[in-house]
This record gives sequence, structure tokens and C-alpha cells, in this order.
Amino acid sequence: MIAGIAVGDVVGEREVHLSRENLVRYAGASGDFNPIHYRDDVAARVGLPGVLAHGMLTMGIAIETVAGWIADHGELVEYGVRFTRPVVVDPDNGAVVVVRGVVGAVDEGAVRIDLTVTSDGVTVLGKAQARVRVTEPGDSNA
Amino acid sequence: MAVNPDLAGRVFDPVGPYEVGREKIREFERAVLAEGSREGAGIAPATFPIVLQDLALQALLAAPDTGIALERTVHAEQRFAYERGIVAGDLLTAQLSVDAVRTVGANALVTSSTVIRDAEGQTVITATSVLLVGAES
Repeated sequence: MIAGIAVGDVVGEREVHLSRENLVRYAGASGDFNPIHYRDDVAARVGLPGVLAHGMLTMGIAIETVAGWIADHGELVEYGVRFTRPVVVDPDNGAVVVVRGVVGAVDEGAVRIDLTVTSDGVTVLGKAQARVRVTEPGDSNA
Repeated sequence: MAVNPDLAGRVFDPVGPYEVGREKIREFERAVLAEGSREGAGIAPATFPIVLQDLALQALLAAPDTGIALERTVHAEQRFAYERGIVAGDLLTAQLSVDAVRTVGANALVTSSTVIRDAEGQTVITATSVLLVGAES
């Protein structure tokens, strides 16, 4: 038990609109220049439904949704995801990614946050979980 | 060729040092849409270590006879275990080991761990990835 933190608490949520520009920025920032993330013709040639967001971009967006809560309550010790479905980013309409972080488990001094990450109603990251060592228990609604 | 099963257990030489830049951290924060209150707080975003893992991965991709080609590879899983956060000024090395190669039909699941160490040799982060490698067609 940790004071002020309960299983089921929502620790962060947001809806993110991704455009092709986001993919360009992430390619530059990360060094991942795989053309399936910016070339419609290459994506089609390898049988993909369209230009995809980098899986690691989605993984990053997800954890940043709860990074503030984590910093306020302790330290991130683990974070992991499975890349279950791709996020197709339409050249005009982009894509919408919805993230929700909920306390999934509380044990001695640590909390597991479960992240639900979907796009167009489909789960895109599976078993997306972060483990936080709690050093500042407090108002979980902060 | 299929992924070489002898790859399992192979440990590559560390790559680096990679000097972590403050502006690079800021660029990465913007790219992953770090929230305003957290931006500029000094610690790199949680997924920043992927930059170091990708550097280490180059050693695996450059090795002959692995049967791994990037264009046939899909990122299946990614995990990070943190001893501390990465900060600007860190001088990091990254060393990749192939933990396992598991054939699944004509494809292979390659699990590797990349240990990211600082200038003192202390482990900062361990990054583990699972790549799904398709067979050469």
C-alpha cells in the first residue's frame, strides 16, 4: 500500500494528432530514416497499408503522457511495450493516437502503470507498462 | 538465408562514446511531444536510449552471415530498464549481445540486450529488443 495511490487511478491521458511532419521530426531526432516512415511508394512496395509512424515514436508519446506524474511521484525503473499494430499516418488527415495511463498494481514502494494506446479504435501498443519506484507518495490526482 | 542460429550468445564490442547533447535532448523531447512542464527538466525522455541501441545495432547489421537485413525486419518488442536517467553531458557506450534466436516458421525472433554505460563504466540503462526477421524471399 502507498498513501494516495490506488489501483485504477488515472495518471495521465491525452489524444495526439500525428501528421507526416511529426514523423519527419521524429526521424531527425532519433536517426531512424527508414523510408516506410515517409515514402508512400516504398510503404506500398513492401505491402504496408501506408506510411507508418515509427513504433518508437508511439512508445515515446505514450510514456510522455504520464511522465509528469512519474516525476512527481518517483523514478521510472522500467518501461516496455509490444508493437502490436501499426499506426498508418494519412498524408492529409494524419492519425489520432489515444493514450491513457492507469495504476495497474501497487506493491512495496513501487507502482505499475498500464498504458492503453489506441489508434482508430485499435490497440497499437500491447502490454505497455511502466514500473515506477515511488519516493513521493501524495495526491494521485495532481 | 535464414537468421543464423549461431548468432545467439554473440557479444559485440561496445560502440561510442556518444556525447549526449542538451539540444539533442530538446529536439527529442519535441519529437515525442513531451509535455511543456517536463520539457527542459534536464533528463532525457524515457525512450531516448533507443538512439544508443540503434548505434549498437549497427554492429549486428554490419556483421557478415547473420541473415538479418533491416528491410525484412519488424520491431516486435522494446523494453528499457533504468538505473538512472540520461542527462546532457553523459558520454555513453552501448554494447549489444544477442540473447536468443527463435525460429517461427520461416521467420525468426531475435532478442538482444544493449547495455548502455557511462564514462565510469556504470550501467545507465539496459535496452532489450525483439526483432521479427523475415526470411529472404
